[in-house]
Amino acid sequence: MDALFQSSPFSGYVYPNETIIPWTVLIVVYPYLTGLVAGAFTISSLYQVFGFRQLRPVAHFALLVSLCCMIVVPLPLLLHLGHPERAFNAMITPHITSAFAIFAYAALFYVILLMLETWFVFRPQIVHEAQHAKGVLRWIYRVATLGSYDLSDNAMSYDRKWLFWLAIIGIPGAHGLHGYVGFVFGSLKAREWWSSDLMPAIFLFSAIISGTALVIVLYVVSCKLRKVPIDLPCLKVMAYSLWGFMMFTLLLEGVEFASLVYRGREGYDVIMQFVEGPLLIPFFILQFGLGSVLPLAVITFFIWRGANDRALVVGITASAALVLLAVLMMRYNVVIGGQEISKTGKGLLAYQPTILGREGILAAATVLVLPLILLSMVVRFLPPWHDQEQAA
Amino acid sequence: MEDNEKLEKQQRERREFLSWLIGALACGTAAIAADAGPLHAFAGEQAAAAPVPPNPTIPGYDWTKHRWAFGVDATKCIGCLRCVEACKKENNVPADAHHFRTWVERYVYLEGEETAHIDSQADPVNIEASGSEREYRFADRYKDAKVVKAFFVPKLCNHCTNPACVQVCPTGATYKTEDGVVLIDHTYCIGCQYCVQACPYGARFFNDEKNVSDKCTWCYHRITKGLQPACVEVCPVGARIFGDRNDEQSVISQFIQNNRVHVLRPETGNAPNVFYVGLDKGVS
Repeated sequence: MDALFQSSPFSGYVYPNETIIPWTVLIVVYPYLTGLVAGAFTISSLYQVFGFRQLRPVAHFALLVSLCCMIVVPLPLLLHLGHPERAFNAMITPHITSAFAIFAYAALFYVILLMLETWFVFRPQIVHEAQHAKGVLRWIYRVATLGSYDLSDNAMSYDRKWLFWLAIIGIPGAHGLHGYVGFVFGSLKAREWWSSDLMPAIFLFSAIISGTALVIVLYVVSCKLRKVPIDLPCLKVMAYSLWGFMMFTLLLEGVEFASLVYRGREGYDVIMQFVEGPLLIPFFILQFGLGSVLPLAVITFFIWRGANDRALVVGITASAALVLLAVLMMRYNVVIGGQEISKTGKGLLAYQPTILGREGILAAATVLVLPLILLSMVVRFLPPWHDQEQAA
Repeated sequence: MEDNEKLEKQQRERREFLSWLIGALACGTAAIAADAGPLHAFAGEQAAAAPVPPNPTIPGYDWTKHRWAFGVDATKCIGCLRCVEACKKENNVPADAHHFRTWVERYVYLEGEETAHIDSQADPVNIEASGSEREYRFADRYKDAKVVKAFFVPKLCNHCTNPACVQVCPTGATYKTEDGVVLIDHTYCIGCQYCVQACPYGARFFNDEKNVSDKCTWCYHRITKGLQPACVEVCPVGARIFGDRNDEQSVISQFIQNNRVHVLRPETGNAPNVFYVGLDKGVS
């Protein structure tokens, strides 16, 4: 029989019940995905609301990235629950003192908002395909029109109004959703590593950089796959945004860490042991060095250099990929790291991830890949590429 | 003309649909904002998070008439661990070294050292000494060292007045009873373990057999029948004290009145209801 639980080795003194880490890699993936949603939506909104014309080539694509990630967001949570079949209990009787009670409502609201926005954005294409596609596809598109075939100027200006307001609601919605995920951790007084007022802000800014980085990587990959030229001004604007938001993220993380060390409350010794020991590779090398300082330096170099060439594309894409790694490591270091420091303040635990099983690395990796598979299907059904329009 | 009318009709329908959708979303949000008042009716008696929960249907028991509390006299504890074993048996707690509703900590100060060596019965060295994860004893691991001070501290759920675990439960499956006990409805808990994270005392664990959160109930099934919790019943030295604070002559009321009592981690604001005598600076 398989073991029902995976206990963790420890040093110092930890409470007997702490030897089983409650939240696993699935709960690392969950804030990572919500972050990607918020970040990709930000890129889409910069075009939709704030009129960043350079972002036109990726605006609709970013919206689909956001939607595909959001659809998968509840999955890691459901996989983690002891009784996933009871998940709706939180919706039937939301216990509103819980930071987690309204998550289901917030997520549902946001999925509907994203779907509505997607529908409005792609309505002209859907109507066109409903009239010109063949076979089963035609029927699918006809259903997707929701019975609305009107593409007159009047109707389109009406759509634009909706798009604008949906994005206006969507920005605080996406950012609120993710700031709230930060609050889920930051509001817990039982864990010194989590208990910080800055946690929601750190989660939010790291979300924006991860979503921007994902859109950069996926946009470049999609251009390569479709064999179309990459829009360099667009790529540059995204790189500048990434650079700016990374500055904020690093600053906030630095301030948070500094206050934790400076306050030096009970358990400080153990936290320092943790920081200097088990955290050395995942935090200082992967998250901070490789994932933050290096990409920041590379992007700074390309901004200074100014040339539009292949090296720029490679440099920015590689930096974005590193940022994606950094934010994943940040989620890991927060979620798992927080649980590796004992509540006693007198001991450390070592999380032992499993490969297989419901909460194993394989399950978490699958959850991470699912949005990409979903996206590869959705872009075929609703092509978000603007270069095709120009070519036509 | 017909085309125009058709278009207008379509536009109107679309507007109506969207207004309906927005309306529905607004209603949903309003319902949450209003604490989903009527929705709570669905929760039934067990999970109700309503301000005044209904009295449970226990024959001859009125939970509005009691205010339970627990006392620990750490100076009396001899670390025999009968309480831990009794609790495991009484409450079907998983029989291993990782799930405990109650446990005992041992603090040992060695000569020349400022901080205590701390372990519990779950420590691998102690499990090895007992030879089984189902039986508990403290290994004689300090016999060759010069011990300056040593004592035991029994621990259990503090059934706090402001329980952090109840605060964070997304469904209301864990709740505070009128008589001051924090319980979990195992038929309603979704097993998210947010409460396990929130408890500063490490009193909660995840029951892998039932897939729900679990913890000490002060043996609610016993105390509502006039019995003592199992750990109190078996303690050979009277280190564990339990009773009703509504009764001024009860052993717990007397214990609190006649001693200078402490609670664990008062700074959390949880306001525990397990009162200690004989704590030391290193205990948290």
